[in-house]
Amino acid sequence: MSATSADFAPSPDGGRAGEGGSATPLLRVEALTKRYGPRIGCADVSFDLWPGEVLGIVGESGSGKTTLLNCVSGHLDPDEGRVLYDTRASGVQDVRLMSEPERRMLMRTDWAFVHQNARDGLRMTVSAGANVGERLMGVGARHYGRIRGQALDWLGKVEIAAERIDDRPAAFSGGMQQRLQIARNLVTGPRLVFMDEPTGGLDVSVQARLLDLIRGLVRELGLSAVIVTHDLAVVRLLADRLMVMKGGHVVETGLTDQVLDDPQHAYTQLLVSSVLQV
Amino acid sequence: MTAEAYNFAYLDEQTKRMIRRALLKAVAIPGYQVPFASREMPMPYGWGTGGVQVTAACLTPDDTLKVIDQGADDTTNAVSIRKFFERTAGVETTEETEEATVIQTRHRIPEKPLTEDQILVYQVPIPEPLRFLEPREVETRRMHALAEYGLMHVKLYEDISQHGHIATTYAYPVLVEDRYVMDPSPIPKFDNPKLSNSPALQLFGAGREQRIYAIPPYTQVVSLDFEDHPFDPGQWDEDCALCGASDTYLDEVITDDRGGRMFVCSDTAHCRARRAAGHVGAMGAPYEEAEA
Repeated sequence: MSATSADFAPSPDGGRAGEGGSATPLLRVEALTKRYGPRIGCADVSFDLWPGEVLGIVGESGSGKTTLLNCVSGHLDPDEGRVLYDTRASGVQDVRLMSEPERRMLMRTDWAFVHQNARDGLRMTVSAGANVGERLMGVGARHYGRIRGQALDWLGKVEIAAERIDDRPAAFSGGMQQRLQIARNLVTGPRLVFMDEPTGGLDVSVQARLLDLIRGLVRELGLSAVIVTHDLAVVRLLADRLMVMKGGHVVETGLTDQVLDDPQHAYTQLLVSSVLQV
Repeated sequence: MTAEAYNFAYLDEQTKRMIRRALLKAVAIPGYQVPFASREMPMPYGWGTGGVQVTAACLTPDDTLKVIDQGADDTTNAVSIRKFFERTAGVETTEETEEATVIQTRHRIPEKPLTEDQILVYQVPIPEPLRFLEPREVETRRMHALAEYGLMHVKLYEDISQHGHIATTYAYPVLVEDRYVMDPSPIPKFDNPKLSNSPALQLFGAGREQRIYAIPPYTQVVSLDFEDHPFDPGQWDEDCALCGASDTYLDEVITDDRGGRMFVCSDTAHCRARRAAGHVGAMGAPYEEAEA
């Protein structure tokens, strides 16, 4: 079955507490295409993301999932298609047509991006507190005591001891760096979080703890999220809906449990059956 | 030989014109770093090649030049640059702040208030205030263009978290006319208040980095800070040991190997003028005796 997700209706139980019954999707992606010369990065991808919903994108390496994420999150400029976002200030807007200051403002306030490698998302030369405080200072916070208070608060939420606030992230373990990156991103209260392999490169027990934390935060804050991963266990835990990509195309979409328990497309079947059972 | 071999003030007229165009643009956009085609100068980078080029482009034969290095008129850098312009431009030079029409400086602003008839030229090693926080030049330029300066406060935050107060004491970042964040060159933060609303034209030249920027006269310049950690220009417990001044920037001078030290004005011209006027500090001899 070759499914396109443009007309995919969100599940009624997919929307959770948080934004409540919203009539418009938070994010709508229409026919997004990105080519690298003659090769395609991703082709004709469309989906809606509703407030409070977590969308997982899975696929093998080179399937275009990271390209898609970068195009949607504004890090790459797609060749075709539209990315519509329901902004707080002025309603639904095409992110690609926004002015650069507006887009950058959106990216550091209402959006968050969690990189696979925490070093890409952190400022390694300044302390953990400054890392968390940077976004606050970026939107005009100028009171040291309050910035530090919020940094402490967020370090607590991601289970980093308060006494580590003045340590540089280089002195942190991989798992702590990843949690710090999450705190740094969520401090401005974003509504939409993009995650690129958030658990990549971490050992399994740290992965489990991080997933638990992300799940808690997403539920508690009513965040919407797009999570790119090749790890089916991650999406099983976090995602409400799933998109399976192969060769730049979306080959299957549906509720996570439905796709994983009853995969229709041959590639999805292969993917699900490749998971090692311990 | 120099008279025939060199154009007035060393640089050729086309180069001066190019620098003046950059200067005009810099004055029109206070605090904005204007690129310019910096020339090789007969001195090494780090010795004030940017300042020298700006001075050369500003000098006229009627000007009187003063050159200071860390406030002093008699240190190597100041003496060589003064000699350079004496030979290549033949202009009058002076050590008195009030007599100078063009003052080239490294690391200080003179203590004596400047006037509308004066130009202050700064030597700048690194013009980009965001450099050590964001190494990508493309990104820092974009941050300037969009006035995204949150990162500058990250540095001040780091200072407070590590030292309990803003420990940046020189090259203290400033906001010019509510728009551009600027590195005031490595002047002590003590001099930052003098940047603001100054009657004199202030020009900044960075030779190696090929940037010129400016603060036109009577421009608002604010030192960055936090609401609960306001900017503090700093002060000393001591007075100048030679002239007794209590309101100047002091250098600490080690006098022996048993912990002996004295604090003296870094602005030598100012200190001498005060001593000539009869002020004597704790370790100073009366002016006539000392000069005799």
